[in-house]
Amino acid sequence: MTEIQNYTLNFGPQHPAAHGVLRLVLEMDGEVIQNADPHVGLLHRGTEKLAESKPFNQSIGYMDRLDYVSMMCNEHGYVLAIERLLGIEVPIRAQYIRVMFDEITRILNHLMWLGAHGLDIGAMTMFLYCFREREDLMDCYEAVSGTRMHATYYRPGGVYRDLPDEIPRYEPNRWRSKKEIARLNRNRTGSFLDFIEDFTVRFPGRVDEYETLLTDNRIWKQRTVNIGVVSPERAMQLGFTGPMLRGSGVEWDLRKKQPYETYADVDFDIPVGVNGDCYDRYLVRIEEMRQSNHIIKQCVDWLREHPGPVIVDDHKYAPPSREQMKGEMESLIHHFKLFTEGYTVPAGEAYAAIEHPKGEFGAYIISDGANKPYRLKIRAPGFAHISSMHEMVVGHMLADVVAVIGTQDIVFGEIDR
Amino acid sequence: MTGIINSLWAIIEPYWNWLPTLIQDVIIVVLQIAPLLVVIILCVAYLTFWERKIIGWMQNRIGPNRVGPWGLFQPFADTIKLILKEVIVPRDANRFLFLIAPLLSISPALAAWAVVPLFPDFAIADVDAGLLYVLALTSLGVYGVIIAGWATNSKYAFLGAMRSAAQIVSYEIAMGFALVGVLMAGGSLNLGEIVAAQAGPDNSWFLLWLFPLFIVYFISGVAETNRAPFDVAEGESEIVAGFHVEYSGVAFAIFFLAEYANMILIAALTSVMFCGGWDSPFSGIAALEGSMLAAGGLHWLCIKVAFFLFCFLWLRATFPRYRYDQIMRLGWKVFIPVTIVWIFIEGGLALIGVGPWST
Repeated sequence: MTEIQNYTLNFGPQHPAAHGVLRLVLEMDGEVIQNADPHVGLLHRGTEKLAESKPFNQSIGYMDRLDYVSMMCNEHGYVLAIERLLGIEVPIRAQYIRVMFDEITRILNHLMWLGAHGLDIGAMTMFLYCFREREDLMDCYEAVSGTRMHATYYRPGGVYRDLPDEIPRYEPNRWRSKKEIARLNRNRTGSFLDFIEDFTVRFPGRVDEYETLLTDNRIWKQRTVNIGVVSPERAMQLGFTGPMLRGSGVEWDLRKKQPYETYADVDFDIPVGVNGDCYDRYLVRIEEMRQSNHIIKQCVDWLREHPGPVIVDDHKYAPPSREQMKGEMESLIHHFKLFTEGYTVPAGEAYAAIEHPKGEFGAYIISDGANKPYRLKIRAPGFAHISSMHEMVVGHMLADVVAVIGTQDIVFGEIDR
Repeated sequence: MTGIINSLWAIIEPYWNWLPTLIQDVIIVVLQIAPLLVVIILCVAYLTFWERKIIGWMQNRIGPNRVGPWGLFQPFADTIKLILKEVIVPRDANRFLFLIAPLLSISPALAAWAVVPLFPDFAIADVDAGLLYVLALTSLGVYGVIIAGWATNSKYAFLGAMRSAAQIVSYEIAMGFALVGVLMAGGSLNLGEIVAAQAGPDNSWFLLWLFPLFIVYFISGVAETNRAPFDVAEGESEIVAGFHVEYSGVAFAIFFLAEYANMILIAALTSVMFCGGWDSPFSGIAALEGSMLAAGGLHWLCIKVAFFLFCFLWLRATFPRYRYDQIMRLGWKVFIPVTIVWIFIEGGLALIGVGPWST
């Protein structure tokens, strides 16, 4: 009789915890993982190649679809690289708006992560609690850009338009009574910034709520403490960035180390972990949400007092206003050129990286002087994280694989691109 | 009303007396079993509804509210959907075992009800070894799970079956020891007598004296029914659906029914053994004498069962899932020592004559 020890288990791509289309081929001894082999590429859409055949601005929308839970941050990395090539300066108000929306996006991403991580480990209520707050932030997206997810709000040279004066309100319908609508609209009576400020006041209490369910929960700790431990040295060797790196105790955050936009002027701290396990990364992300909330509050205060332009006044890169376009010949030509051919970018290459919710998100553009990039390379943080899968799960059990997938905060849009 | 029944009985009586006593007994038992089964199955249907409602409220959702008034017909819609679906048997599955597994898990869950004392001096089968019978039948349910996992011939299902087996060996013992405590306190294996020992104005529910055993029993019960946070055999996010990953249609519905019937059974057993079953907590209060509140009966059992069922749902909405080796650690290293220590304490108390068991 042959003795059979290990067997392989095909984990995904249709698996509830695969976070999209992860396919893991696991070699297991009972429930203990001996070897984990992640297969990527099932969500490959050729974003980088598509960008080569389109004017620069038309690819902004594709960036949203990379990491589809932190949309505006992806745009930010791409737009920043174009700005470096063009050498244009973004108006200060636009910079603050970008910082604010980057942080809103960070909270959006971390809420999604917390909900999914909780759901993976079995705490299903977390998912719905997190989505309650996500709903408000999605409304912010909708108010500025018209869409709840794929905003396409950032432009080289600023943002597409200024913040709206008001936030959309609910209207009575046959399912909801007037009284219920009044309750839902309670914090929507003021301006857009009032709505965000109200959120920042409310949000720390909500984070406390999440923490009462998880932080000191014995089961949660048993499931996350000492699972997927990565030492600081190893984390750097593996190319970790973002909360994955900070969870291992390395104090590295592009917002502090290489400040872009107005991050140098806002006050916030970088949380770091100690042990580099799933629990530390959980704590780091929870604290990041609190810090982001703090940054948003500062941006709201600044934006209230400083009106001004939100996109460069150079109509070679940014479209003229409707009024100008209808009144002046030159503006009409600018408008026509921008919306057909786009703008040309001087030959050269540039790399711009931002502190994306998942880590360092970078866009590397080579331009040959045409109106579209010669080559676009996207540095997706998740790709480095998923390549450590084997190292993080070996010797753990099947249930821990799910915890590790959760803690890596994998989104296949950016990994497969 | 009684007039009609009496005249009906007058018609039936000659035929009834003509029947042999054996057949008479069978008919009486069947007449007792049938309503109980119908009620349990209806309870299961509405338990699934309430689970979705209650967890929905806990999670800022509404829950089902579209089928019928307030969504009350939702369970029937679900049943009809499941009945109309095809039962797909995987090609490499063992067909016989695959189909018999759901039956193996439902039948013990229903059969155990025979000895549960529903109201004073009544249980369908007044068995003297009722406690042993219950213990035997509740452990039997796991065979359905293991056989289903094995017969499916899928790795995920197999892992679910293995997990279930590992879980059951670590919990059955603690559960058994917890019941030993009850047996010592009640002085009988008959569930009716155990309730009777707790009844009365002095309100000596075993809950008070056997609190650690009560906790161990209830948690073991949650583990035994494969409910969150011990649902590793199902493990939605780990092994997809575990042992019933390949089941569909009615076969799946029966597993579902078994799980919920088991929940109700565990809730009923917990209230019978630790919370005085049909006994009223207000008996002996002079002001309430003679009212429904003070009288023991089925309504009190129902209230207690409903409370424990709510706890099941509450646990599910609150806790993350254990890893299966952690469940085993909890069973072996925490629960078994706790029960053994408490049995000795109980024995000591009984020797010096303290507690309800002294009389």
